[in-house]
Order: sequence, then structure tokens, then C-alpha cells
Amino acid sequence: MTHFSALSLLKNALTGQKNWQAQWPDSQPKAEYDVVIVGAGGHGLGAAYYLAKEHGITNVAVIDKGWLGGGNTGRNTTIIRSNYLYDESARLYDHAVDLWEGLSQDLNYNVMFSRRGVLMLAHNVHDVQSFQRHIHSNRLNGVDNRWLTPEEAKEFCPPLNISPNARYPVVGAALQMRAGTARHDAVAWGYARGASQRGVDIIQNCPVTAIRRGPDGAVEGVETAKGFIRAKKVAVSAAGHTSVVMETAGVRMPLESYPLQALVSEPVKPIFPCVVMSNTVHAYISQSDKGELVIGSGTDQYTSYSQRGGLPLIEHTVAAICEIFPIFNRMRMLRKWGGIVDVTPDRSPILGMTPVPGLYVNCGWGTGGFKATPGAAHTLAWTVAKGTPHDINAPFTLDRFRTGRLIDEAAAAAVAH
Amino acid sequence: MLLIHCPYCDETLPELEFTYGGEAHIARPENPADKTDDEWRDFLFIRTNVKGPHFERWRHAHGCGRFFNAVRDTVSDRFLTTYKAGEPRPDLAVLLEDAAKKEPSK
Repeated sequence: MTHFSALSLLKNALTGQKNWQAQWPDSQPKAEYDVVIVGAGGHGLGAAYYLAKEHGITNVAVIDKGWLGGGNTGRNTTIIRSNYLYDESARLYDHAVDLWEGLSQDLNYNVMFSRRGVLMLAHNVHDVQSFQRHIHSNRLNGVDNRWLTPEEAKEFCPPLNISPNARYPVVGAALQMRAGTARHDAVAWGYARGASQRGVDIIQNCPVTAIRRGPDGAVEGVETAKGFIRAKKVAVSAAGHTSVVMETAGVRMPLESYPLQALVSEPVKPIFPCVVMSNTVHAYISQSDKGELVIGSGTDQYTSYSQRGGLPLIEHTVAAICEIFPIFNRMRMLRKWGGIVDVTPDRSPILGMTPVPGLYVNCGWGTGGFKATPGAAHTLAWTVAKGTPHDINAPFTLDRFRTGRLIDEAAAAAVAH
Repeated sequence: MLLIHCPYCDETLPELEFTYGGEAHIARPENPADKTDDEWRDFLFIRTNVKGPHFERWRHAHGCGRFFNAVRDTVSDRFLTTYKAGEPRPDLAVLLEDAAKKEPSK
């Protein structure tokens, strides 16, 4: 497998770029694996990578019903941050940010992680109080986050309109400097390449139709479109389809699947230096390295698996962006799409063990799973390898919906995660 | 944009007039004190989240203001029927047969 370096780029440039090789093979399933991971997105591929790299478990298959990285990994707005209110969430998301920082080197694959800063705008007294509470809580947890006046926010993000006459005046902002964006496809590709190098099979276009359990209740393997695959352990990382897959193992999940839409504008020259989120006006925006403005907001109101969503929500989102950034009101939008996100009642993920022996799950990330990709994958791999919860994912159990120990980020973190 | 038939107003109107009310036919426990933790979890948090025909509640918020029930296919987002709150769950097999007759391609 090619090792990417300045030297390899130069060598290939001199030979007319004709000698690049495929970075991973498209595998066919074997009859049996130690671990089968359902879902070849960033989370699933990442778990396979860490299983192979850190736990020496290489007899692993990652199976996807479509193409690798074609679900929510390829459909999000690529925002990475860790300024969550509660201790449990702060640890989990900050663990992910720690991994993001070294990920390109670790994978020898440029995931284009850019610490450009995430600015969360406050428009009213409630926002100010809520964000300052977040900042204090974050600082107690060692998570970077600080308060800016409107003038400081404007200096950090020049396109911002801080006029007191604006429809939604900016009265302050919370800034996480360690936060930013990464290239979402590259995350899936980098993990796929790294996992494949270590012997993991990546099987695409192969829907998992059921999880088979033995007479003792433990997992035996998965039924797929390409036949039965035996496995000692199965980890489900299937985002919006998690409840459908888990149902086949007899586990009912506290999840509902909603379409979450995003859109991009035509590409323009660099104008937008950071990520800006406004929970009150309800939209977020950044500029990709290609030059497109990447815009998103909340989910549609109804559950659906259609990967489409309705146009009223797009209109609402774009209207919100034009309110905060009037300079963008003549930008043309190029494309919009939807992904199906699995939302838990407390808006925190479910990560780790299930009541079924040998069955593990990584789901419930709702509208904010991309940022957690390395952290979730890393701790899930630990749990699958050792059969016990990792220190960081231990609070995110499925059982919390029975015991009542919820991690209620919904009320605290407002709408956008 | 979804077009939704309000069974009270007897009109088919754009989605913007309606708010979604979650899964339908979830009955509140009659004797809450008798319920176990598992039963409370199921009542409060577990939903069918079905991929296919889904029984759900909608409210005609910017119209008559009333709640009603609907059956919608969550794959195509197509409504199979809507009916008034309190009416029994319609027979799914009949609904699917009717839908196939109306638009055989779907």
C-alpha cells in the first residue's frame, strides 16, 4: 500500500499521476469473522481500524448496504466541536477532538482537519445566560470555550452583522478555538484504508437483513444479501437504520429516525473564516475548502427514511442565514440533500453493550455524530475487544432509559448539536 | 412539501399548517403505580420507528387546531390515510391494497 508523503506526491507528479493504486480492495465476505461491524461509515470503519490497530483483532468485516461513507458520513456539515454541557458528554466529545488533532498523521491520510473555530451566536438574554453557563461548565471540564463581545466576534468573523438594528442582534458569542471542520469523505476513506491495510474486509452493497442469535441468546452472526456470515461479535453502527437492524435481534431501541437536511452554495473565493452557529435563529454555516458555503439546520418534524426531507425546512434555513448574513442573500444554492439521523429521547448517544451477549451498538448520535467519529470508534473498539465499557462510554448505556440516568443534552444544548 | 388531509376540515392542505405529534395509539397506563421500570421505559421511550407504514399523530395547528391520526409510509412519505382521534386503527392490509390500486407503480 502506498505511503503518502511529499516524496510520493512528487514521484507521482513526475510520472504523470499514472501510478496511483486503489487504496483498499472491495472484499467478498468470508464464512466467519471474529467481529462483524454493520455500517461502513466513519464510525464503523473507525471501530474496525482501532480494533485492528490497538487490540490486534484483524479478522473483522465491515458490511454496508450501500457504498462506503455514503450515509451520514457523506451527508453532514463536517462541524467538529466539544463544548457540551454535561461532564459525560464533554469527556466523550473532547476525547474525539483529541483524536481529531492527530488523525491525519495517525492514518497517513489527510482528513483536512481545520481548527478554524466555532462561534455560537447569542441573540438574547436567555442565550447569554445559557452560553455563559456552558462556558463555565466547559472550563471546569478542561474544554476550551470563551466569551466574546459583539465587537470581538466581528473581529473574529468579519462577515458578521452586529448592527443593533439587525432582525436578530448579536449580543455576544461563545468561541471554541479548538473546534473546526474536517473533510468528511476523507475520514471514511482514511479509516477504510487503515483498516484494510491491517486485514479488515470491507464489504459494500451487501444489506444485513437480520442478526441471528443462538439458542443461548448470544449472537451467532448476520444474515446478509450475500448469505449468512458467522461472527462471535457483532457491532451495529447503522445510524438511521439502527432500530431496524436491532429489531431483528429482538432488541427494541429508544430511537426515532428523522431526515436532516443540508445544502451548499456555488463555490466562491474565501470569505468565511470559521464556523458560525445560531441556535436561536436556527442555522449553521461554514465555507468548505472548495469554496462552497455549507449550510444546515434542524431535522424535519416527522420521522422518515426517505433521505430527502421537505423544502419548507430549506426555506427556513436559508432565511435564517440571510437574516444573520445579509451579504449572502444573492448567493445561489447548488445542491441540497438529506440524511437519516437516529435521535434518542435525551439527545445523547447509546454507545457500547446491549442486553444480547456479543452484540454491541453505536447509535443515537442524532444531528451531531460526525464530530464524535474518532472518539466513538475508539471507545467502541475498546468495548468490543474487552467486552466491558470504556471509562468514557460507560455512562452512554442503553439501560439508562430504564434506570432514568439520562444525559439530557437536549434542553441544555438547544437545537443544533 | 407534504400535502395532508385534515379529517375534521375535510381539506388537503400543505404541511406548513400542521405539526407532527409522534407515534399514535400509545395509551397512557391506567394504573401508573403498578408499572415496572421496564414498562415505563417502553411507554416513555421505545417507539416502533418503523420503516414502512407508520401510525402517527398530527395536529392541524394553523387550522382547526385538532389532533388526528394518520398512516404514512416512512420510505416514500406518502399518506395512506388520515382519520379522527378516537377512531380505531384502520386495517393496514386494506389500506395497502387500496394504495396499490390507486397508484400501481408505487
